[in-house]
Amino acid sequence: MRAATNLTVNGCARPVSAPAGTMLLDVLRGELGLMGTRFGCGEGLCGSCRVLVDGQPVPACTTPLWSLDGKAVVTAEGLGTEGAPHPIQTALIAEQAMQCGYCISGIMISAAALLARDSDPDEAAIRAALDPHLCRCGAHNRIVRAVRRAAVAMRDAAA
Amino acid sequence: MSAASTSAPPAGLAVTPVLSRWLSVSAQGHVTLTPGKVEIGQGILTALAQICADELDIAIGRVRLVAAGTKTSPNEGVTSGSLSVSDCGRSVRQVAAEARALFLAEAAREFSVAPETLNVEDGVITGPGNLATSYWELAGRVSLERPANPATRAKPAHLRKLAGRPTPRIDIPGKVFATRPFIHDLVLPGMLHGRVLRPPRPGARIESLDEAAMSGIPGLVAVVRDGSFTGVVCDTEIAAEAALARLAGATRWSGGFPLPEEHDLAGWLKAQPAETSIVDERGAAHAPSTARTLTRLYEKPFLAHASIGPSCAIATWRDGALDVISHSQGVFNLRADLALVFGLPEDAIAVAHAEGAGCYGHNGADDAALDACLLARAVAGRPVRLRWSRADELAASPMGAAMAVEIAVDLTEAGEIAGWRHEIWSNGHVGRPGRAATPALLAAFDLETPFPRYIAQDPPLAGGGGAQRNALPLYDFPAWRIVKNRVLEMPLRTSAMRSLGAIGNVFAIESMMDELAAERGEDPLAFRLRHLADERARDVLKQAAAMAGWGTAARAEGRGRGLALARYKDTGAWCAVVAEIDVTRDPRATRLWIAVDVGEAINPDGVINQIEGGAIQAVSWALKEAIGFNREAVTSVSWESYPILRFSEVPQVEVAVMPRAELAPLGAGEAAQGPTAAALANAVHAALGVRVRQTPITRERIIAAME
Repeated sequence: MRAATNLTVNGCARPVSAPAGTMLLDVLRGELGLMGTRFGCGEGLCGSCRVLVDGQPVPACTTPLWSLDGKAVVTAEGLGTEGAPHPIQTALIAEQAMQCGYCISGIMISAAALLARDSDPDEAAIRAALDPHLCRCGAHNRIVRAVRRAAVAMRDAAA
Repeated sequence: MSAASTSAPPAGLAVTPVLSRWLSVSAQGHVTLTPGKVEIGQGILTALAQICADELDIAIGRVRLVAAGTKTSPNEGVTSGSLSVSDCGRSVRQVAAEARALFLAEAAREFSVAPETLNVEDGVITGPGNLATSYWELAGRVSLERPANPATRAKPAHLRKLAGRPTPRIDIPGKVFATRPFIHDLVLPGMLHGRVLRPPRPGARIESLDEAAMSGIPGLVAVVRDGSFTGVVCDTEIAAEAALARLAGATRWSGGFPLPEEHDLAGWLKAQPAETSIVDERGAAHAPSTARTLTRLYEKPFLAHASIGPSCAIATWRDGALDVISHSQGVFNLRADLALVFGLPEDAIAVAHAEGAGCYGHNGADDAALDACLLARAVAGRPVRLRWSRADELAASPMGAAMAVEIAVDLTEAGEIAGWRHEIWSNGHVGRPGRAATPALLAAFDLETPFPRYIAQDPPLAGGGGAQRNALPLYDFPAWRIVKNRVLEMPLRTSAMRSLGAIGNVFAIESMMDELAAERGEDPLAFRLRHLADERARDVLKQAAAMAGWGTAARAEGRGRGLALARYKDTGAWCAVVAEIDVTRDPRATRLWIAVDVGEAINPDGVINQIEGGAIQAVSWALKEAIGFNREAVTSVSWESYPILRFSEVPQVEVAVMPRAELAPLGAGEAAQGPTAAALANAVHAALGVRVRQTPITRERIIAAME
């Protein structure tokens, strides 16, 4: 019996049996059945598969299991739900900020990480935080507006 | 005046007139639409739901959309050419209007009143003497198994409550909360995972495959080989990736097509055997006399669709019949080609649509479907989900064709335009499946008994054209001659990419218009207006110019502004763009002002989203993109070697949609590309006084033009 890697995924303890060299994306989409994190390139170059690891956005496709023992992973599914949405999710809907939406899971992750460390990011900071993400449909400006809207909502909620 | 009500029935409804094939009403309070057009990120499902809810007087939340499938939908051909709203939308409007009339007739019969006395509110039918029923109560009694009646009239525009108003997309919440699957996320019972090994060079054949090397791979279920097509089927994706890597090491390839000279595409295109045709000619006999001729050559490279999600498909063989799930733009066309490959009758094959990542034309979706079918044949009874690699998505998908466009303008003594000659050299722009006696699917050319390699065609202009799309000037020139050379050698497989030839032709025409204006020292806006009678074209041009403060805005250091215009396909939306570019370092688009006339805008916010998205994609094409290759292989196989526009490089975009609610809807997806690319080139000239006549417009090319 192979030793398990102990992960916390979206707040739940998830011992994972896959070999230590397995990439996190394959574990999420395979063994754990979490399909909201998407394969885009497999080289960490497009941002589609970004997840939070201890609060930092990383590409799941190039992050091996051995580097994750004892760490907390948050995927798109863990950000919020229709009943209890993350402010970035509410804002993306309000701004209709996508066309195909394939890139949006990863973008939400980087936006959430940015908003957690900066309650009032300016336009340049938002674009810099989202620069690792590719969007082919051209929804960039709407997505930037959504991040700003989410920041306002979070500040209002904290006030 | 309503243009929509006076024109012929929409094409889809003419082919499939039976109402029930489009729409059904349930006793549970839902209306289900089964359109033949598919969601490719453009928001078509929402526009159709709006139209349906409007005509039936129901809340939009009652409309259920079923993805297109060959078993359930009308055959509406391919979701392409910005025709989904103008064609499918009009069909749905007609069908829904007739369904409403049939339900009212049934209610009127039951209560012995005149249908005109009845009223509908969210599906509840009321009338004289407190009579009340509903679509849902009557659902079992009204049959939609009848052909559409062309005499049925839809509501006039002013009575529509949803169409024409910004409406939230029905698919967005599911994408934000990760509850709406893409095709890549579908898991069927007993499903296996497939990968295919593509040749390192287009046209290469397998010389040897060491099958012994494939033994002992955990999770490997089957190694599939048919001629030079080969792949693996495994029980997990991880195993499939490992098996593919082993297969790559076990396979020896030879041969393949010599590829063009990357740095002289125009020279290559002009040197190939070609089919030459006259696209259009007018007024040559009456042209004023020519004093001199200005000749310019414009070029665009091969481009990649570059979807963010690689192509994917699921196939299952069961008792000789084939079930396929695909993100194809045309499920019926794909079925036709699969029938050719496998020698099956079409009714032995079912193709259903599931959403993929954004689709900008004929990408690898259909090819992936054949790949999945070939792999699944080895494991009959079990579904196989196949996914391409990033490298294959960028290098093995059909490409947007490279184009060389030479424009020669004959000028009078006074420097006025006497004649206009436009000649195109390009591969064909359409190599879609389902249109020929042999299949157009990639793996079909590699089988043990191969099908002939399908050479891309250009539909006639009446069908939208291919390389010649938008080659006819929108301007009132006294004479013109448009010639097309369709290149017959196709070492790099080309097919439809968003806007087809329009990107190359509009880039050339609108660059040349700018050059002519500059030669005369005339303002490019005034010069265009002086040659333009088309009122809707003039309106968008003036609107975009006004938005940008054309002629009055102060010029910023290191920046320039350019202008361009086109009417997509000569029959679609009018679009004018003013672009601002910063050339102090690598050229960067800073702002775009866009005016568009799409006739009736069903979902104005959706139109803005499509126009802005199309323009941003065109900025990426115009400033950054080109397929890279050497003589032996395509080299742009990752996001590092095929970079696209990033968040930090995206311009601010303002879009104005002209208010035209009474006029027929025209579609928005491809209107902005050509004008955006040309406006950027013209902006470079405004900033630096040099012309770059080739995309991508890079710093190197600007420097070369200055020398």
